[in-house]
Amino acid sequence: MKQTLTKMLLQRLALGGLSLLAVSLIILLGVSFLPGDIATEILGQSATPQAVAALRESLGLDQPLYLRYFHWLAALLHGDFGQSLANGRQIAELLAVRLPNTLWLAALAAVVAVPLALGLGFLAAIWRNGFFDRCVNVATLSFISFPEFFLAYLLILLLSVKAGWLPSLASVDPSQPLSERLLQMALPALTLTLVVVAHMMRMTRAALINLLASPYIEMARLKGVPRWRVILRHALPNAWAPIINVVVINLAYLVVGVVVVEAVFVYPGMGQLMVDSVKKRDLPVVQACSLVFAATYILLNLTADLLSVLSNPRLRHPR
Amino acid sequence: MSKDFDRLLEQLRQGRIDRRGFLFGMLAAGASAAVAGSYAGRVLAADGTPLSTPKRGGHFKLGIASGSTTDSFDPGTYSDNYMQSVGHSVHNFLTEVSNTGELAGELAESWEPSPDARVWTFKLRQGVTFHNGKSLEAADVVASLNHHRGPDSKSAASSILAPIEDVRADGKNTVVVTLKGGNADFPYLVSDYHLPVMPSRDGKVDATSGVGCGAYIRESFDPGVKTVVKRNPDYWKHDRGWFDSVEFLVIADVGARTNALNTGEIHAMNGCDLKTLHLLKRNPRLEIASIKGGQHYSLPMDTRAAPFKDNNVRLALKHAVDRKALLQTILRGHGEVANDHPISSGYRFFAADLPQREYDPDKARFYLKQAGLDSLKVDLSAADAAFAGAVDTAVLVKEHAAKAGIEVNVVREPNDGYWKNVWMKKPWCLDYWGGKPTEDWAFSLVYGKGASWNETFWDNPRFNELLISARSELDEAKRRQMYGEMQGLLRDDGGALIPLFANYVDGISTLIGHDKLGNNWDLDGLRAAERWWFA
Repeated sequence: MKQTLTKMLLQRLALGGLSLLAVSLIILLGVSFLPGDIATEILGQSATPQAVAALRESLGLDQPLYLRYFHWLAALLHGDFGQSLANGRQIAELLAVRLPNTLWLAALAAVVAVPLALGLGFLAAIWRNGFFDRCVNVATLSFISFPEFFLAYLLILLLSVKAGWLPSLASVDPSQPLSERLLQMALPALTLTLVVVAHMMRMTRAALINLLASPYIEMARLKGVPRWRVILRHALPNAWAPIINVVVINLAYLVVGVVVVEAVFVYPGMGQLMVDSVKKRDLPVVQACSLVFAATYILLNLTADLLSVLSNPRLRHPR
Repeated sequence: MSKDFDRLLEQLRQGRIDRRGFLFGMLAAGASAAVAGSYAGRVLAADGTPLSTPKRGGHFKLGIASGSTTDSFDPGTYSDNYMQSVGHSVHNFLTEVSNTGELAGELAESWEPSPDARVWTFKLRQGVTFHNGKSLEAADVVASLNHHRGPDSKSAASSILAPIEDVRADGKNTVVVTLKGGNADFPYLVSDYHLPVMPSRDGKVDATSGVGCGAYIRESFDPGVKTVVKRNPDYWKHDRGWFDSVEFLVIADVGARTNALNTGEIHAMNGCDLKTLHLLKRNPRLEIASIKGGQHYSLPMDTRAAPFKDNNVRLALKHAVDRKALLQTILRGHGEVANDHPISSGYRFFAADLPQREYDPDKARFYLKQAGLDSLKVDLSAADAAFAGAVDTAVLVKEHAAKAGIEVNVVREPNDGYWKNVWMKKPWCLDYWGGKPTEDWAFSLVYGKGASWNETFWDNPRFNELLISARSELDEAKRRQMYGEMQGLLRDDGGALIPLFANYVDGISTLIGHDKLGNNWDLDGLRAAERWWFA
C-alpha cells in the first residue's frame, strides 16, 4: 500500500512538473500576443520611438522570444526567478512579501470558512428540509450569488463606515503584531468566507444526505445506533472524498482567485501583483505569479486525491 | 538668520505684529523684499485673514488613485501622479511653479538668459545637502539632466530635453545650459516632474535610489502598495515639510479610496468619484477641493486622413458638439468648456478675446456643405483609458452630432494597449493632456510640426513660424499677441476638438491645513506632502 501511494505521488509530481512547463509556455505565448510590450507600456503616452528602442535594448527585449524563454527557464531551474523588467527588483523578494500575504488571507478565511461550512452542512443534513436547513441554504446561497465586490462594499458600509469597528483598508505590514494583523485582515477574510461557505456547505449536506438514504445506514439505525453515531461513524467516513475535493477547490480559489477582494480592500497580495504585471507586460513577474498559482492548484489537487485515497479503504487496500 | 524669520513669522501668526511690521522686521533681519513677501503670504490670505497655522508633526496618509507594482524611483519612468507625488516629497528641482502659478527658484537661486534666450545660466543655492550627506554641486545638476538625454536615453523626458544642445558646470555653483534655439520659458521646463536633482558620482546619478535633497527621506518603498517617507531634519526650507512622516498609499479602487477617507484611515485622496461627490460633500469633516488646472480632454483628428483633411469637416465637427452638456454630464460641472485649444484661463497668455465656440448644428451643416458633403459618417475610437468617462463622452458626441446630420460611429476599443494601438493610429479618438506651465510647452509638445506627440499630424506653417519666434521673444506684449494668434489658429484650423478642461477634484480631511492649492498639477502641484500640515 505504501509503495503504490509513493509511486502515485511521484508520478503525479512529475506530471505536475510537466504541467508547470506547459503553463509557462502558454503564459509566454499569451503575453507575447498582447499588444505592446513592457517598453511601450511603461512609457505609455510619452513613448517616443528612440526611448522605446533604448529601453527595449537595455532590457534585452531585442533578443528573440525563444532565446529569452530558455534563459529564463535555465535560471529558474537554478532557483532564480529573475528580476522584474519594470523596476529591476528581484522577483524572489517580491514573492517573499506578496505570497505570504496571500497565504495569510487564504488561511484566515479557510480557518473560519471550512469548519463553519462543514458544521452547517452537517447540521443541515441532520435537520434536512427543516427550518434550520432552509435558513442556512437561503443565507449562504444569497451570499454566493452576490458579486464579491458588492459583498465587500456592503460589509464596509455596515462594519466600517456605520459601526466603525473594522478598518476598510487592509494595510498589513510584516512589523505588525498578530492581533493588529488579524484586525486589518478581518473584513477581507469575512468577505471571502461568505463567498466560499455555500459551495462547501451544500456539498457536505448533499454527500451526507445521499449516504443517509443508503441501505447500510438504514441497517445501522434498525439495530439501534444513536443518530449522531450513525452520522459520525457510519456516514461521514464515506462522505469524505467528495467533501475533501470541494474544500480543496475552494482553498485553491482562496489563494488564486481573490484579486477583486484584494482591490477593494487594497490588500497587497499576489493577485494585484499579477494584474499590474500583466498590464505592464512584465513577463518574468507574470511567469513567476502564474507558476505559483499553477503549483498551488497542482499541489492542492494532489493533496485532495491523496486524502480521498486514504479515506477510502477500497482504494487504500486495492486487490 | 532663519531663527529671526521664524520668530517674526510666529508673531505675525499670533497677530502680535501686522503685515507691515513683519515685512520691516524681515528686511531688518536681512531678507530680500521678495522673500519677506512670500513668507507673509504663507501665513496670511490675500485679504489679510490668517490661515491655519502650520505646525510640525503627525503622520500624513495620502491615498492616490494611480501607482503600480511596476513603479520605480527612476524619474525617467514617472508616468502617473503616484510616483510624481512621491518624487516631489524626496526631491527638489531647479525651479518650482508656486501655488499661485509663478515660477520660483528652488535649487536654482537665480537664472539669467543670454539676449537671444539660447544660453541659460543658473546659480545654485548654497549649503543644500542631499540625504546621503553630499553637498549640492553643479555637477549633480548636469548629471541629473543628462540622465534623460542622449541617444540611448530610456527616459520619458527625453523629448522634453531634446532642445538642449549642451549642459555644463561652470565652477561648483553655476550651471550653463545651451539650447539649440532660443526659449524664453526654459526655466519653467526644468520644473518638470521628470527632472529632479539627484546626487551624482563620476557624472552619473543613481536614479532608482530615491536619494534627493527634498523635504522627506525615503524610508520604505513597496511599489504598488505604499511608500513611507520621514522628515528630513536638515531640509533647507524652514517653512515646508511639516509632517514627521508621510505614507503614500496606492488605492486604485475609487470606492475603497472614498471609504478610507470617510472612515479617517487616510487624510486626503485624489480622483474623487464625481457621480457620488454630492454624497461625499455631506461629510462635515471633509473638504472637497475642485481645482481648475490646464488638464483637458481632447478628440484629436488625423489631419492627413480623409475626411479630416478638409478643415471644413473639422469645423463642422467642432460646431456639432454641445460642450456645456458634456461639462454637466461628464464632469458634473467640475471643469470649464474649452475652445479647441489647450490654453485655459489660468495661463499667462490666455486669449480672453477669442469667442467661445458654441453648439450650432446649423453652422455644422453649413461647413459640411462647404466641404461638398450632404452628410458625414465617421468612426470615433473610444476607451476609458483615454480618461474616465471617455466612452460616455463619445456616445454623447454621437447624439449631439446626429442633430447636425453627422453620423458618428463609436468604436469601442480595449483599454489595454490603448496608447499604442489606438492613439495616433486611428484617425479619430479621445485622449487627455495635463496642463503645462507655459503656452510654449503646451504647443510644442503636441501641435508643433514634427513634435513626437503631434497627435493631429497638423502642419500649419504660420503656427510653426509663430511657435519658434514666440519661444525666443522676451517682450511680453509681443508674446501675448503671438500666443493669442496661435490659440486662434488652433481653434479655427487645428485638428483637435477640445471640448473640456477638467478640474482636479480631491478630498481633504479638515484635520489638514493648507494654503491656496497649486493648479499646475493635481494634489497641490504634486507637493501636498511638502506644503500641507496638520491644522
